[in-house]
Parts: sequence; structure tokens; C-alpha cells
Amino acid sequence: MIGVIFTTAFVTQFIRIAVPYAFAALGGSITERSGVIDLALEAKLLFGAFAAAAVGHATDSAWLGIAAGLSAGALVSAVQVACALWFGADQVIVGVALNIVALSGTRLLLQLLYHEGANSPPAPAFGSVILTNPLVIGAVLAALLVPLAVRHTRWGLRLRAAGDRPEALVAVGVSPRRTRMAAALIGGALAGAGGAQLSLAVGGFSADMSSGRGYIAIAMVILVGWRPALAALACVGVAIGEALNIAIQISHATVFGDRIPSELAPLLPYVLTLVVLVAYSGRTRQPPEALGKL
Amino acid sequence: MTSSISAVLDKAYAGVRVLERATLEVEAGTVHALVGENGAGKSTLVKILAGITPADRGTLSISASAVDLATWDRRAARAAHIGIVQQHGAFAGTLSVVENAVLGAEPTRRGLLQLEPTAKALAALGQTIGLAIDPWVRVDTLSLGAAQRAEIVTALHFGAKLLLLDEPTAVLAPIEVEGLLATLRDLAKAGTTVLLVTHKLDEVRQVADAVTVLRGGASVSRFTGTVTHSSHFASQPAETTVAPRDGNPLDISAIARAMVGGELPPAPSSVPAPAAEAEPRLVLRKLSVGGELTAIELAVRAGEIVGVAGVDGNGQRELGHAIAGLIAHTGTVEIAGRDAAKMAPGTRLRAGLAHVPEDRMRGGLVLDSTVADNLSLGRIDITGRFRIDRAAVAKFADERIAELDIRPPARDAIVRSLSGGNQQKVVIGRELSRPNLVAVIAAQPTRGVDLGAVAKIHDRLRAAAEAGAGVLVISADLDELMALCHRIVVLLRGRIVGEVTALRAPDARATLGRLMTGLADARAGVG
Amino acid sequence: MSRDPDRQGLAVAIALLGSLALGSALMLCVGKSPGHVWWVMVRETLFLNEYNPGQILFRATSLALTGLSVSVALDAGLFNIAAEGQVIAGVVVCAIVGTALPPGTPAVVAVPLCLVSAVLAGAAIGFLIGAMKVWRGAPEVITSIMITAIVGGVALWLGNEVLFQNGTTTGVAIIPSAWLPALGLGGSAANVSVAITAFAVLALWWFRARTTWGQALRVVGRDPKAARAVGISVGRVQIAAMVGSGALAGLAAVNFVMGHKHAFEQGLGAGAGLLGISVAILGRLHPVGIAAAALLLSFLSVGGLATSQEVPKEISEMLQGVVVLAVACSVPIARRWRHAPQAPATVAGARVKP
Repeated sequence: MIGVIFTTAFVTQFIRIAVPYAFAALGGSITERSGVIDLALEAKLLFGAFAAAAVGHATDSAWLGIAAGLSAGALVSAVQVACALWFGADQVIVGVALNIVALSGTRLLLQLLYHEGANSPPAPAFGSVILTNPLVIGAVLAALLVPLAVRHTRWGLRLRAAGDRPEALVAVGVSPRRTRMAAALIGGALAGAGGAQLSLAVGGFSADMSSGRGYIAIAMVILVGWRPALAALACVGVAIGEALNIAIQISHATVFGDRIPSELAPLLPYVLTLVVLVAYSGRTRQPPEALGKL
Repeated sequence: MTSSISAVLDKAYAGVRVLERATLEVEAGTVHALVGENGAGKSTLVKILAGITPADRGTLSISASAVDLATWDRRAARAAHIGIVQQHGAFAGTLSVVENAVLGAEPTRRGLLQLEPTAKALAALGQTIGLAIDPWVRVDTLSLGAAQRAEIVTALHFGAKLLLLDEPTAVLAPIEVEGLLATLRDLAKAGTTVLLVTHKLDEVRQVADAVTVLRGGASVSRFTGTVTHSSHFASQPAETTVAPRDGNPLDISAIARAMVGGELPPAPSSVPAPAAEAEPRLVLRKLSVGGELTAIELAVRAGEIVGVAGVDGNGQRELGHAIAGLIAHTGTVEIAGRDAAKMAPGTRLRAGLAHVPEDRMRGGLVLDSTVADNLSLGRIDITGRFRIDRAAVAKFADERIAELDIRPPARDAIVRSLSGGNQQKVVIGRELSRPNLVAVIAAQPTRGVDLGAVAKIHDRLRAAAEAGAGVLVISADLDELMALCHRIVVLLRGRIVGEVTALRAPDARATLGRLMTGLADARAGVG
Repeated sequence: MSRDPDRQGLAVAIALLGSLALGSALMLCVGKSPGHVWWVMVRETLFLNEYNPGQILFRATSLALTGLSVSVALDAGLFNIAAEGQVIAGVVVCAIVGTALPPGTPAVVAVPLCLVSAVLAGAAIGFLIGAMKVWRGAPEVITSIMITAIVGGVALWLGNEVLFQNGTTTGVAIIPSAWLPALGLGGSAANVSVAITAFAVLALWWFRARTTWGQALRVVGRDPKAARAVGISVGRVQIAAMVGSGALAGLAAVNFVMGHKHAFEQGLGAGAGLLGISVAILGRLHPVGIAAAALLLSFLSVGGLATSQEVPKEISEMLQGVVVLAVACSVPIARRWRHAPQAPATVAGARVKP
């Protein structure tokens, strides 16, 4: 099994898998740092994936597909923020509700546009190519630029103020609500890009293809204390785990002489997350002070 | 160019008059102290000046040019070179000092924040005026005093000519207090006008050039140098000739008297003092809470009403919560002879304690429930152990409503819709009707309560004492305590600094005033 | 108890109207007349035969229970998204017990045993989540999702390894004495579990409104500080709420296993937990409202299938999610109409809209 890990194929594999997670985690961390609870990452991944596949299929252009994915993610964020900040709806419910809507909504779109139950028609596929996959490059850039921006730009400073002490922003004449909306749009676009990778990596959209990755991403954000760089890193760890799982299944590798059950192996990231959450309870950093408050 | 202030302001919150033609005249380049008890309106006045809260009515002139109060906001105040340092810091904790300072007008180069120049300037300024700060440090790692220094330096850095400070020394260690006061003196000499809100008269003595006393939302007196002219008519600000600053000391005793009011003695408490052999119902021994409360020793006997006086922020909240078991504490709390230190709040209540919390909105009422539900909240003696006896709940509610004249007299009314006074009556109704009542701890029982309700609540507290309970009332309202209590202790910086038992004596009030403001540290009881 | 101080009825009505409008708009998008489609839906599901109403009852039976489950947790201020996992755990455990019992076991023993085992499975998971939250501060939203995924994986593995019969995705049938009889509504899956659910709805209503424990539950959710001040132990109530919540979700499994398929099948019970969230929010945490919401959402579900010739069934599926969003948005608005604005915040003087 050790031989499996150090092949190019494996590295390519986990990079491909890491991209949606990383994009979602970066996007989620931006939204949450600005003070809005973001449980709607699943919805952004799903709609992003669908939009990328649909536009990619229609125009036969991967780039346009990517652009569509970004826009779809931002749109979901816009709805999320409107419900949460204008209407004052409970932010946790809004997130979960949007995810439910996305699951059935994307299936509906499949029906409406393609009269298909489960899969969209083929879209441009990046396959296992990573060096010329703009989404991979984009993810790496985002993982570097987002933490930088949050720490060292005017936008990032105001973002952090909005999440910690919106009164401080009001006192200097800046609107916390606008800051949060802008943050959510960027965060949504990032998550949408993650969705685009989901569908464009395999060349089409399948129903429910996000499979809980949005939830894992936000769990990572919370675990690392809302720090975007660490969240992206944590996601790479998850991706390695997922890639390992696939490699193990393919190579029928054994641990202690028993075949590792294919149903249980994918559960490792969930179990690990639980363990970390429980073990580090007192030491997890505090969330942004104004998180979830209007 | 230095700034002066000339203001007459009115402000009401939810029907309660917080400021009533409050007058303030501050000379440019002076340190002016604004003193008064809690609820006198000092913080509100200062927030209006800083543009944080709008005034309802009035006039305001800064540096002799009138200001339009309708559009006076934070930005306008900043533009007029007014800086404010509030009690609860305005800086965001996870940002550094310099990040907080530049918020809203961040200098950037090629998209990235340029914090170096500002940080250097802040550090230099801090050095110059004697308030050393490290601009790169995260605010939530600073002590309260250091955070405050940072806010002052920041305000000055942005050109504040008029500096408003709301109770700045409340969170400082004595040595930091000395430093701050010296700085304020120097700032005034260099031309900044300083308005200092405080209740600590020893600080006033050290640093103030002039003093305005607020009481009940109106300015009752203004003192400068040795010129004192008090007015007992709250609606008329004193006529004062401004004497040149000639170094004459202020008449501190007169100021203290003005703060607590030197009018007629209050109506005597109608509850007879308890017999000497009456049992102690609530005994506190070496009660301490962190750094806020130190070694409190107090015993309240059956039928006795003891008051704890003091300006808010001297440990009152911790005292109330420690007795009720809501925060961790060391030392003993004995309820009817049983040591309750290990008991959870519910157990203490069952042992015969009643707790009227100082903030009914946080921990006293469930605002979205009905009056009847709030009255029987946690009252298993009314509701029964499992199945709720609705008839009993209704009957109990009707009885309490009648007893305390709760308005509107509808037991299904949602508590949120009641006025403050009636909400407080609900809390009192629930707490003071507990069976086997042994001790009562009532914190600020008539805060934010209209006058009609005050009388009812006081009557109810007296009745509880008459029925044999030991009643401890914590209040920042000296009038209330003088009217209710048999004796009053004074809490200052977490300790009991004195006690007055002869409340009818003519100088009782003055003594209490001195104890409350830190002028007298007499441990021996007076009278 | 005052009837409806926050105008929640109004909020729900607005949300339903909005969702109706959206659904109609979607129907127009596919070129069908909404009026016609809604009419067909009502006609087919309610009046055509006995099968469809039976199916509505069948689905509503489980949905009401998962709705109650989420609602009990929300009453205490907690979000039980693990209802989905709790239902599946209930299904697995119930099936295992049902197949493990000796065939001659009398119904009077078999039925309660299987039922209780399902309930306990859900309750155990609820306890786990509650304890992690109260003792370790782990956010229950995240732990719920993790646990649901783990339960799903374990259930699948158990099925493949142990329970499924060779080559199928169905397990061995549970012993006949553990079967709950069908109601015989046109061959639908509705069964005696309906009575269990009805009983649960009434019991929960009574518990919430008429007992001190139910009151304590709601006070903890509404104002934990006040709860503590009057002597209620907030942590204990929260854990109890999660246990009860899990128990109710586990109970929902009975409808599927004992009342319908009589065996463990892959995917049995899936979706009921997630929809329970919609039911709880639509029903405004009130047991009777939840029952109504369960019926409504089941109607949409079955109706979607019945009209799948006319419009894609995914429209009604999506509406189930949209309705939740709409209700979540309309409730704060309705509440604002009712209460006077609060005293101005300290930074109200700033002329910038926060």
C-alpha cells in the first residue's frame, strides 16, 4: 500500500479531490468571519456544479462553465444573506433550508432542461489533468490570497471588524451589513468554483454529487478556528484521506490482514472530525464575536 | 484652538426622563468633572455629546458655534474634534490597536494596508503624553487599563481637542489611576479640553478645574474653585460666576452633598427594627468573587432590612449573583443557618432564598411568556411536580396581580408588552411569594420602574421583612435605601467600607455620600 | 397561554402563499396551467381512490414523528439534524431485533420489543450528541451531520456484510408476530403506526403545554439565563431534550420496518429525517401544527408523484424546501409587526444603516 501513495496518480487524485473542499472552506470562512453563519455550502457546491455543467455543455467552453459556477455560488449567497440580514431569518435554518432546496432544485433543473433523472449531458471535462486545470490553479491561488487579503487589506480588516464588533464599523461610518453582503458574495463565488470542479472534473453533473462535502468544509472551518489558511490545509488532509480510501479499494489492500470495508472507509473523515471536536473542546478558538447576530 | 462646550439637553428612554434640561458649561482647556450617582444621566449626556445617542431636545454649542442636534452624529462629532473613551471599550478585540485606529480610513499602498506610519505615530504620541502603548498588539490581549490607554492615544492621534472619558478609572489599578490623572492634567495644560465622568471625588479633587453635579437627570450644581452655589430646584441650573482658575481647592464635601441630595430626610421605615435576639437569616462570611468582591462579612437578621449602597460597578452584581449561586465564589453563604456555598441556584431557592436580579431582562423573566407563566416559573409549589395544575396557576397569578396591582391585570398578557415597572412587579410577585421565605436578596429592585410601582414594590419588601425574612437590598439609589432600610453598608471597589445605622441622623446622608465616593474610609459605624 | 402573540399563523400563511406562487410560476415554466395542475393534484390524491390518501397517511406518520423530534430539540434551543441518522439507526436495530426473535414469540412481546429497540437506538444517538454538546461544547449541528453520515455508512456495511440476502438489498423478514397490520386503504402502505403517531402527537402536546417538564424545556430554549435563575438545570434539560428527540426519530422507523416492508431494505426511511426539519419549522414547533405540516408535505410529495405526467415531480420536492425558507423569513417579519421597536441601541445616533 505504501507504494500506492507515492505515485503521480495518487497525488493527482487527491489534488483533484481537494479543490472543491478547499474552495468551499475558503468561501465559508470568509462568510463566517464577517459574522454570517454559513451552513449553505452544500447548496453553493450543488448549484455551482450544475451551472458549470449546464453552461459548459451548452457552450462547449470550460471557461464559461467556470464563470457560471462562480455566479451560481454568488447567487445562492445573495439569497442566503437577503434572508438572514434583511428578513432576519434564523441563519442556521436558512443554511439547512437552502441545502434542501438545492438538492431537489438541481434535480428539478435536470428534469426541466434535459428530461433526465440523474445525470446531465456531457460537459467539458478536465479529467485527471491538474496543471492546466484553471480551477486547480485557482484553488492554490485562493488558498494563498484569501488569508493574505483577510490579514493585510482594507477589505479584510473591515471584514474582521464586521464579524467581531460591527459597532466599531458603524462608529466610523461603514455599514456592517454591506460589508457582510460583499463578503458573502465572494465566499459564495469561491464555493461555486468548488462546485464547478465537482462537475467539470468528471464532465457532467450527477444528482446529489456534493455528498456532504459542504458540511465537512464548514466543520473544518470551525475546527481550525475560522482561519482560512488552516481550513484549506485541513481540507487537503481530508482529500488525502478520500484519495487513500479510493486507492485502498482499487488495490484491495489490507490492514491487519482484513479487507477494509468499502462502506466504512469513507467514514474516516467524519470520525476524525468528531474526535477532534470532542477532544479539543475547551481549546477551540472562539467564533467571531458577532457571528449570527444582526 | 481648544474646544468649549455649552449644552442644555433633554432625553427620554421609553418614557423615562433620563435628562431634564441638563446643563453643561465647560471652559476650553480645562479638566471638567461630571459627577453624580447612577441613573443621574451622566453617561447619556456624554453619549449625546459624542454623537452616539441623539438628544430629544435642546441646544449644543462646541467652541461657541451652535450645532444642529438633529443631524449630530458620530461623524459630525469626530469632525468637531471630539473623541470619546467609553467604559466598555469600543475596540474590536481580535484586531490590533493600530488596525482599530485606522478602521474606516485605512491607508493603503497597492492594495495592501500600510499600518507602519500610523503605528509609529501612535507609539510616539503615547510616549510623549506618558501613555505608553504597543500599537501592534491585539486588543483582547490587553488589560482593560492598557486598552483604555490605547483608545485615548488613538483619539488624540486623530486630533481630538475635546476628550470625553466615561468612568475611565473604574477599570484601573491605583497606580494606573495616578498616571491617567497626571496625563489628563497635562493634556489640559497643553490645550485639550477634558470632560471626565466620574463618581470618585478623590480623583475630582486631584484633577478637576470645575465640576458639574447631575442628579436625577438635571444639573443641580456647578462648582469652580471655591465658588459654590447650590440649587435645590432641579429644574433651574445654578447661576454661577466663573472664577479664574486660581488654584483654590474645590469644596469636596459640598459636592458630595449635592450628589446625594441634602433635602428633607426621607420618610421613616415603618417596619420596626428587629429585636436584638432575632435569628440571623442570611450570613455572609469572607465572601469573595475573583477580583471583584473581597471578603464580605454581613449578617441580616429576621425582620431586618439591610441596604448595600454604592455606585454601580463596585461589586454589586457579583454580590447579588454570588448569594444566589449564579457565579462561583469563595467563602460562606448561610441561609437560615445552612451553608449554601455548595448549593446550586435551585437548591438555594428551595432553602428559602428569594432572588430579585438586578437585570430582569437577563435572568428574571421569560419575556415571550405570559404573566401567569412567569409568576409560576420554577414554582413547583404552585404548579405541582409534573402535571401543571392550571387552576392553581391561574389563581396564584390573579392573587399576585391584585396584590401588586400589576397592569394590565391580565394573566395571559405577554410580559414583553408590560411596562418596566409592571415587569418588575412580576418578578417581585414570584420571588417574594415563595413559601418558607427565609432571606431575600433584591438587587436594584426599582431600577427603571415608574414611581407608582416603586411604592408597591417597597411595600412588598417591607411585608416580607415583617413576616420574618431577612432582606438585603442592593441599590444605587440612596433615597430608596434611606426609605427602606434599618441600616446601610457601603460597597466600594468590592469591599464594605463602612456602615451607617442611625439613618435618621442629620448627617447620615453626608456620611454615606463620603463613603460611597471614597472620601471616608471609616470602618467604624457612624452613629 | 396566549393564542398567537407573534402572529405565527400569519407568518405561515404568508409563507404558504408565497410557496404556492413560486410553485405555480414553476409550472408555468413547463408550460402548464397552474390552476389545472393544482386541481389535478387535489383530485388525484384525495378523491380518486383510497391508495393515495393512504400513502399520504403513511408518509405523514413518519414525518410527524421526525418533525416532533426536531421540534423537541428546537424547544430547548438545539438543532437535531441527526434525525435522519436516528431513523436509519432505528430501522437497522428494529430489523435486527425483529429477525433475531424466535418465530413463536407472541405479538404482545414481539411488538413492544421491536418498537422499544428502535426508540432506544435513536435515543442513544441523541444522548451522544447532547452529551458532546453539553459536556464538550461540540456544536450539535456539526456532530449531527457527522453522526448521520457514519450511521449511513455503518448501516450499508451491516447490510452488505450481514443482513442482506445474497445478491439483494433486502434483509430477512422479521417474525410475523412483529408485523403491524396495514389499514387496508386501497393497498397503500398506511398501517397501525398511524395510531402510534397520533398518540405521540397528543402526548407531546400535553407534555409541552401541561407539564412542568415541558415548561422547563421551553424556558431553557427561550431564555437559559432565566431558567438557571429559577433553578432549572440547563445542561440536564438539554441532554434530555436530545435524548427525547432521538427517541421520537427512532420511533419513526417502526412505520417503515414493522408496518410496511417488514424487513431491512437499503434506503428504507431515507429522507424522513431531513424532511422532519421542514415539518418542525412549518409546524412552528407545535405538535398539532406539526401533524398538519406533515400531512401537507406528504400531500405535496404524493401529489407530485400523482401529477408526474403533467409536471416533473421535482417541483413539489423543491417546494418542500422552499416552504421552510419562506417560513423562516416570514416569522421575524410577522413578529416585528407585533412588537413595538426596542429602545434605541447605543450607536443609533450614527446615520449609517447597520
